[in-house]
Amino acid sequence: MMLASIVRAGLIGLVKLLVGAQARWVNAAPNSEQSIYFTNHSSHLDTLALWTALPAEIRIKARPVAAKDYWGKGMIKQFIALKVLNSVLIDREFSKHSNPLEPLLKALESGDSLIIFPEGTRRAQAEPSEFKGGLYHLAEAFPQVKLIPVYLDTLHRSMPKGAILPVPLICTVRFGAAISLHENEHKKEFLVRAREAVLALI
Amino acid sequence: MINQIAVTLQNLTPSHKFYWLIGGVAALLLVASAIGWVLQRRLSANPNSSEKSQKVVNNLVARVNAWWVMMAVFAVAFLAGKVGTIVLFAAISYFALREFITLTPTRAGDHRTLFLAFFLLIPLHYYLIYIEWYALFSILIPVYAFLLMPSIAVLAQDTEHFLERAAKIQWGVMICIYCISHAPALLLLDIPNFDGQNALLLFYFMLIVQLSDVLQYVFGNLFGKTKVAPIVSPNKTLEGLIGGGFSTILIGAAMWWITPFTPLQSAGMAAIIVAMGFLGGLVMSAIKRSLGAKDWGSMIEGHGGMLDRMDSVSFAAPIFFHLTRYFFTP
Repeated sequence: MMLASIVRAGLIGLVKLLVGAQARWVNAAPNSEQSIYFTNHSSHLDTLALWTALPAEIRIKARPVAAKDYWGKGMIKQFIALKVLNSVLIDREFSKHSNPLEPLLKALESGDSLIIFPEGTRRAQAEPSEFKGGLYHLAEAFPQVKLIPVYLDTLHRSMPKGAILPVPLICTVRFGAAISLHENEHKKEFLVRAREAVLALI
Repeated sequence: MINQIAVTLQNLTPSHKFYWLIGGVAALLLVASAIGWVLQRRLSANPNSSEKSQKVVNNLVARVNAWWVMMAVFAVAFLAGKVGTIVLFAAISYFALREFITLTPTRAGDHRTLFLAFFLLIPLHYYLIYIEWYALFSILIPVYAFLLMPSIAVLAQDTEHFLERAAKIQWGVMICIYCISHAPALLLLDIPNFDGQNALLLFYFMLIVQLSDVLQYVFGNLFGKTKVAPIVSPNKTLEGLIGGGFSTILIGAAMWWITPFTPLQSAGMAAIIVAMGFLGGLVMSAIKRSLGAKDWGSMIEGHGGMLDRMDSVSFAAPIFFHLTRYFFTP
């Protein structure tokens, strides 16, 4: 769609102007194989910064995971989430009769890559807090998909808690080497290891 | 003969002078690109070439390529006139300040101050150049911003390292906005018998600063032995400073025809630009190191960040501006 691609180009330009979003691949190289990019969540700019930092041919297949209660409301937000970023929207409210990971599993099944924030919520701090279980379940269901740790620096300073407007600081988006779920690895161990893979990029 | 050339050059119209300058710079870059190409081919043909020399040559080529881009940007901005030039320097200040604040340990309590510094102070300060309000231009940052920025920060009631934070932000704003803006501020000077040619003076200033950097780098790489300040800036050598400095002063004297200066005065101005640029490079390098970084950023391939390219401009511009204002305007 014409409008969506114009807005997309505009957003990329704006993000670069504001926070740079320079990619740095640490002991790794950009890879267009199906991947799950998991990263620390420290501000509203995170998704855009990571998405902008990806090489164009990877970006096209990488779908950010976003909360339905926020991005599913309102025309403009919906347009950006669905048409521009091609996001996968999920329910943050856990309900008994549906699996909140369902849309993610579907996207992975169709061959898309995902950008996810395993902490679940945003905290304006340098280090990510504990990871929730979603990443483990995805890794378990799709063992062939590459799990790529990503660390976003400075964004918690660009938009500290309560800030509406960002301060322009250069954000380096560090991509690490892929990890994978070991055989018989417990959920807790795996999540700790995944978080450490992000911390190692600081 | 020389007299004849001198008179011809001086009598060119400003726009002709500008085309000659652009042509001259392009010719220089063409030579530099050709040298880089030959060196790269020779190195790749020679299997015994050391890694270090390959690195130097690759860096040289990257730098020259970045120069082409910079020249193109400057040429377009100059052709767009006063507004284009002011917008270009406002953007340079923005990117420079972004690099400075990224490396500065600010806290959440500084958020409002910083937002206003980027999105209110930069446009306002450059707008004052546009409307030629010199008096307010010269005190907006040293007086008003100096007092109001910590006043805004204090409302957040975070006293942790308050003085350090306020001081560092003020330093960044002074260097990145106030000092750099004195280059385009040359446009607001009323120099007798120099009407409509201030853009050439700005071109002269930028050319001398950048030539001084380049020639010091070249002489340093060729003959450099004695390090001037090995801890602060390992690449600066005495041989580079003397060789690069003197050749820049000579070129500066030869460029008198685009300035309101005589050849001798032009040499003197070039000498001051070389000296201030050198000191600026040292001071900004020390600041960078005290903030724990080697380069300010990686915006310009081969050069590092915007501030790595603008450190000498920020120190030379205010002095050049005020000397010109004091001695060459009524």
